[in-house]
Amino acid sequence: MDTLVSKYANASSSASFDNADNLGENLSGWDAASQFALPAFDIPMVTNPVDFLRAHTDASAENRIRIQHGTTTLAFKFQGGIIVAVDSRASGGSYIASQTVKKVIEINPYLLGTMAGGAADCQYWERELGRRCRLYELRNKERISVAAASKILSNMVYDYKGMGLSMGTMITGWDKTGPQLFYVDSDGTRMRGERFSVGSGSTFAYGVLDTGYDFNLSIPDAIELGRRAIYHATHRDAYSGGSINVFHVKETGWEFIGNTDVGSLHWEYQDQPKGPIV
Amino acid sequence: VGVRGSDIVVLGVEKRSALKLQDERTVNKICMLDEHVCLAFAGLSADARVLVNKARIECQSHRLTVEDAVSIEYITRYIAGVQQKYTQSGGVRPFGISTLIMGFDSDKVPKLYQTDPSGVYSAWKANAIGRSSKTVREFLEKNYKEDMDRAETIKLAIRSLLEVVQTGAKNIEIAIMGKDSVIQRLGLTEIETVVAEIEAENEKEKEKSKPSTSQQ
Repeated sequence: MDTLVSKYANASSSASFDNADNLGENLSGWDAASQFALPAFDIPMVTNPVDFLRAHTDASAENRIRIQHGTTTLAFKFQGGIIVAVDSRASGGSYIASQTVKKVIEINPYLLGTMAGGAADCQYWERELGRRCRLYELRNKERISVAAASKILSNMVYDYKGMGLSMGTMITGWDKTGPQLFYVDSDGTRMRGERFSVGSGSTFAYGVLDTGYDFNLSIPDAIELGRRAIYHATHRDAYSGGSINVFHVKETGWEFIGNTDVGSLHWEYQDQPKGPIV
Repeated sequence: VGVRGSDIVVLGVEKRSALKLQDERTVNKICMLDEHVCLAFAGLSADARVLVNKARIECQSHRLTVEDAVSIEYITRYIAGVQQKYTQSGGVRPFGISTLIMGFDSDKVPKLYQTDPSGVYSAWKANAIGRSSKTVREFLEKNYKEDMDRAETIKLAIRSLLEVVQTGAKNIEIAIMGKDSVIQRLGLTEIETVVAEIEAENEKEKEKSKPSTSQQ
């Protein structure tokens, strides 16, 4: 951590060419390490930012800063590609800040990122990821793979581990190895998978998603499954709600399916007969 | 010398004749950068050692961050970039080597690239670097054919080296890579066989071009 702070505190002094070995780190890179170097930020001028934050947000501190995040997002792979479904409520404690938040970030026409946790963190870092992906494309004359994109994101946030970033995101897209889905979060976790749900309402969504999931679902059925899973999460989780946004990732890129208000969906589902679970 | 065939790439180097007490195996002008990329250089061996080391690290760094092997073009661009950096900084001198980089990408198409001390890089069908590179390149230009098969590509590489290497098979080192991206170094006997073949062909050419002695 100390090396991290000193690196940012004395940015100008690093441009010395005396030591030939340092040439690699100075120029705005075209090699794997420096082209993925972090944008420079002002970090609190304390010796240890991690402890500083913990002191102010720890449960035992008297006037602690509470960082709240509530949401439900999910994504799953199936025969027709990948379905991504998210809610749209932003809450600050018990206050509903907005019911119309866009929680799916369009990184580029074939890569999607979902947002759970701190909205600013997700939006900023996923836009930064979009910039890196575009540079990769220009340099290498081919699209970046989803594995590489998710690795860029997870490496970027890992450097800020413990400093209060809050981000639980799924990076998904279709590259030359087929449809891919990765879960990346601000602890530095990065996992490839077939089905993920992230957020305070994720447990409710998993119940419905796992029950109704089949790899061979048709595209309309898969869309409906995603929508239903989010609906049930918004019904029971106080911090999820608003409306449901559904995206479908295909070989030709992603497609926005639609936005459905959960209130009207509630009455629609109420009237439907309930089939057997199995 | 580097020659690209239809599904094979061949690198050939002139080995400097071994000094009596020197252990030949430690003098190697063909280096592996990764499992599927091979580099041959001409120039200052010490500079080459440093550059190859950087390139090898970059290959692994790429595997770590991108979860994929480097493409031949990427690593050539990196090496050329390093060479260029040292032409535009204070207190350092350019690397005194040209390199030939060969290998196969995942698209199974053979690739051959050349870099030079200025940091310029380009792709080639066949090229030569080093002391007599001009002579050899002219020879290659005259004798290169598109889509040569394995045997023809190897023969062309050896023939072009023989133009400037007087002492024969002992001083030639050949490395081959096919679509499977596995490097193969030719042994002395194999090279000698091809050299004998080439010499026999040359004899036949000489015989044909000799004017008939009957009329006076």
